[in-house]
Parts: sequence; structure tokens; C-alpha cells
Amino acid sequence: MALSKVWVHAELTPEGNVAPISLEILAKAREIADVVEVFTGADGAAVAATVGAHGATKVLATGDLSGKLQGVHVAAALAAAIEGGDAPDAVLLGTTYDGRDIAARLSVKLDKPVLTNNTDIEVGDGIVVSTQIFGGTQIVKTKFAAGGPAIALFRPKSFVAEETGGGAAEVAALAVPDTGAAGAAKLLNRHVEETSGPKLDEAAVVVSGGRGLGEAGKFELIEELAKLTKGAPGASRAIVDAGWVPYSYQVGQTGKVVKPTVYIAAGISGATQHMVGMKGSKNIIAINKDPEAPIFGIADLGIVGDVHKVLPKLIEALKAR
Amino acid sequence: MNVVVCVKQIPDPADPGALNPDHTLKRDGKLILDESDSYGVEMALQLVDKAGGGEVTLVSMAPNGEVSGLRTALAMGAAKAILVSDDALKGAGALDTAKVLAAAIKRVEGADLVLAATESSDGYTGTVPEQIAAILDLPSITFAKSVEIADGIVKVRRQTEAGYDECEAPLPALVSVTAGVVEPRYPSFKGIMAAKSKPVDTLTVADLGIDAAIVGWAGAGQEIVDVAAAPEREAGEVIEDDGEAHLKIVAFLDELKVL
Repeated sequence: MALSKVWVHAELTPEGNVAPISLEILAKAREIADVVEVFTGADGAAVAATVGAHGATKVLATGDLSGKLQGVHVAAALAAAIEGGDAPDAVLLGTTYDGRDIAARLSVKLDKPVLTNNTDIEVGDGIVVSTQIFGGTQIVKTKFAAGGPAIALFRPKSFVAEETGGGAAEVAALAVPDTGAAGAAKLLNRHVEETSGPKLDEAAVVVSGGRGLGEAGKFELIEELAKLTKGAPGASRAIVDAGWVPYSYQVGQTGKVVKPTVYIAAGISGATQHMVGMKGSKNIIAINKDPEAPIFGIADLGIVGDVHKVLPKLIEALKAR
Repeated sequence: MNVVVCVKQIPDPADPGALNPDHTLKRDGKLILDESDSYGVEMALQLVDKAGGGEVTLVSMAPNGEVSGLRTALAMGAAKAILVSDDALKGAGALDTAKVLAAAIKRVEGADLVLAATESSDGYTGTVPEQIAAILDLPSITFAKSVEIADGIVKVRRQTEAGYDECEAPLPALVSVTAGVVEPRYPSFKGIMAAKSKPVDTLTVADLGIDAAIVGWAGAGQEIVDVAAAPEREAGEVIEDDGEAHLKIVAFLDELKVL
């Protein structure tokens, strides 16, 4: 059984491209629905070709929302369209900052539940989503039982994006109603943190550091090793909260989800909050001085040792090649 | 400046989590203040301090009249708390929780700002703050990494995938704060003693004028159909560093052809 129609959020990167997570969800949406349309809080013409090539037939676009926050405005527009009779069976978004805001506001407008952090969706006897709990050790399947559009948010990299070779999607206007007092927040300026080298969630090698590094200055070792392996540096929540590195480095439940060819965890014990973000890596190397550290339970190669001794030698060995 | 802070009392994350037969999270032991919420409490205390007056009120929803976590936040300096505790809330989803907390917040007179963590450490849906804002018809800025208030306007640096956005909203408003937005204080001995006598108003859903049939299992609009163990990842080789372990890593990277 397939759904008649689903809507997928086309979220944009700061450069104005359709975000990878939106294309991933589009691939899954095609599997479960006859008609796949996207909605975006931006200019529709700018995304029509990309989402069309990934199987969407229509773009519902609010037009430029510069200066405004996405959540309240896009949700109001979706709710108005749905109340006007154009209701999909499901509204699918990424578990991103704006994705959560839109879904949360929409769920109140429609008085329907929203299910977050899903890694899969099936359609059979109803719409059922899968969520990992307890650090990814158990999977809960939950059925939407309230009728009406099911609102579901998905973790990055839950699905694999795939082009269909379709032409540009048709662009239709998504009218934003007056949002009143709730819409009074303003977006004044956007700041993009400059990073060099490959992106954390796209790199083939990720080298992450944790509290075992001992002090902020030692993160240099992580950066150097990342550079030598053409990888990206990452971090555990502990050292992000401690202010050693910016939030954009964080790997884990509240940070980025990475699935590189090799993940090197240095001085990271393996809190469930971290493991959720990296256990999908193809190969895991862990260096930690505590032989009982949970990270060794999922590592392909575990080194029980001091990161301050192992990392400098590893860096020297790679430099010498 | 009066600030309401939403706080969750959760099972200690250091203990292994477990589910009840009905698939809800076991919450029958002692609950503690979610560490994520200590940032909101600290932020609220600092904002009230800077404004030169006002108070911080906590709102929480927990089973069995649990107040241990609330006492921690009261010891940090919050003035009072509203706790909603009701068997009818068992099985409540994010939207039900937001309805309950929003109704509790409405009872706080003259609230200028509502703060919450971005997500709880046990449920981590990350939608409840924005749902509360929607119910209360408030402007909201989520995922704040810094918060300042001046002339009735809250200015926020909002976390984004690529950096941050500078945002602002007129008060009253709701802001959800990320971990690390401020450094939470440790309760002092004096604070701990004072917290014991601070008022905690314990309410049922009926007290809030909410129909028990629309919250909890009855109103969640979702049904757990299966819970199963995830496929396990097997541990590989674990070796003690004998001074040459880095060569093992180089060999492994070579084998994977990533160098």
C-alpha cells in the first residue's frame, strides 16, 4: 500500500542549495507515496530543478522569507493550505533547527502529534516510523494513530539520496497568512563559521577528540591528524560544552551524524549521546586510556593507551610517508 | 523581569535506561534535574539579576509528585515552582507535554520570558519549546547560544547548521537555550537550605482545566507497535599501547585505502 501524497521540506544551505537531508528524505518519499511534492520557505524557482531531479513534481513555495524565522511562517502557510483542502498523508522533514520549528508549530496548528529523530518510515497498516533509543541499542516503532497528516522528522543520513532524472518541478505559491504576535521575531544577520577542508558530515575520514585530550590546546593534535588524513576534525559534546571548539564540530545526538569510511575517536569514552552520531561509521578506531570505555565495544581497532603519546607518534609516522 | 523556566526531571542518565511493559520510559526511581535545563535556570537567574528585579518561576511535569529536580533548581535561586503530576499523563507525547506546560505557564502572572532547554536528555524530541510558543501565541527563537535583553527586546544568537543567526523578538517571548549558553552555578549550602521552604504548587490536569481524555495515552495520537534490539556492532581487536600501537593504526588506514 502506498500513500497518495506526501510533502517533503526542501531546506536550503547558506549557499542556497537544497540541503542533502532534504534530498535523502525525497528518495524515501518516492518509495512510500504516489505523489511527492516539496515545500520551501524560499523562492521556488531556485529549487525546482534539483527537487525535480530527485522525484518531486511540485514545489509549494512561500517566496523569499528573508528577515523572518522559518518555523512560524512556513508552518502557518502549510496549515492554511491543509485547512484549505490540499492535505497530504504525511509531512516529512529533517531533524534540523528549522525542521523542528516548522513541525512543532504545524503540530499545534493541526492538533496532531509530531514524531522526531526517526531513522525509517514504513507504510502498511498505517504509517509507522522507527526511532533509536538508549544510544541506538533499541529501535522503537511507532504508528501514527490520530489520522490526518502524519508529521515526521528524520535524522540526517537515514536514507540515501538518489536522482530520478525527472524534469524541473512545477512551482506553486504557498500563501503565508498573517502570523500576528507569534510572527514578530526577526532574523537580522546570518553568520557562517569559516571551515577549511572537507565538511564534517561528508568527509571520508573523521578524527574526533574528547575530554581525554585534557586541555583545549591539545585539540591541535586532532586538527593535524585530520589534515594528514584529508579528513575533518570533530568533537564530543563534553569539549564543545567546555568551550574548546565551536558547536559546529560536535558529533552526536545533538550534533552532527557522521558515517565516514573511518572514524577515529581520540580520548572519547563513548557516551551514548556521542555514539548515536557515529556508530554508523564503516570503520571505527578508538584510542582511550580506560580499557573499560564503552567506545571499545564498537571499535574495529581499539588502542588502550594515552592519546598524548599515540597521537604525536601517529602524526610523525604519517608525515614521514 | 519575570522569567518562567521549563524544567524536566529525568531518570539519572548515568543509569541504564529501561522501559515499562507499556513501552514508556521507567521513571519510578528518583528523578533528577535534567542537566540541559540547568542552563535555562542559570540564564533566567542572570537575566533577572541584570534587570534589577523580578523572579524566576519553574514549571515541570513529572509522575508521582516528583520534586527532587525542582529542589535543585530552587536551590540555584529560582523563587517558586509549579509541578503538574497526574496519572492521566502517562504516555504523553511532545504535544501533550506542551499543552500541559503551556497551561501551567499561563498561571504565572506577568511572565516576560519563557526559557526552556532545546531538548530533554531522555526524550530529545526538540519540539516542545516551539509547541509551547505556538499554544501561547508567542514569538519564539529556538537553539539560542547567547541571550541578551534590552528595552523589551530579547536578542539571541541562534545556532544554525553553518554558524549562527542574529535574531530578536519583542517580549513576551519564548527562547530555547543550548547547553553551554552560560555556566550553571552549583547550589550553595544556603541555597539548598532555602529551597526546602520555597513554594511548589502541585497540580493535576483537572486543576489546569485540561480534559484528561486529550493527553497521555488517551490523546497522544500515537501507538508503539514494536520495540526491538538494534543490530549490534561487533567489537574488533583491542590492544594495549606498547609504544608501537600507532603503526597498527597506520596499517589499518592503509588496508582501508584512505591514505
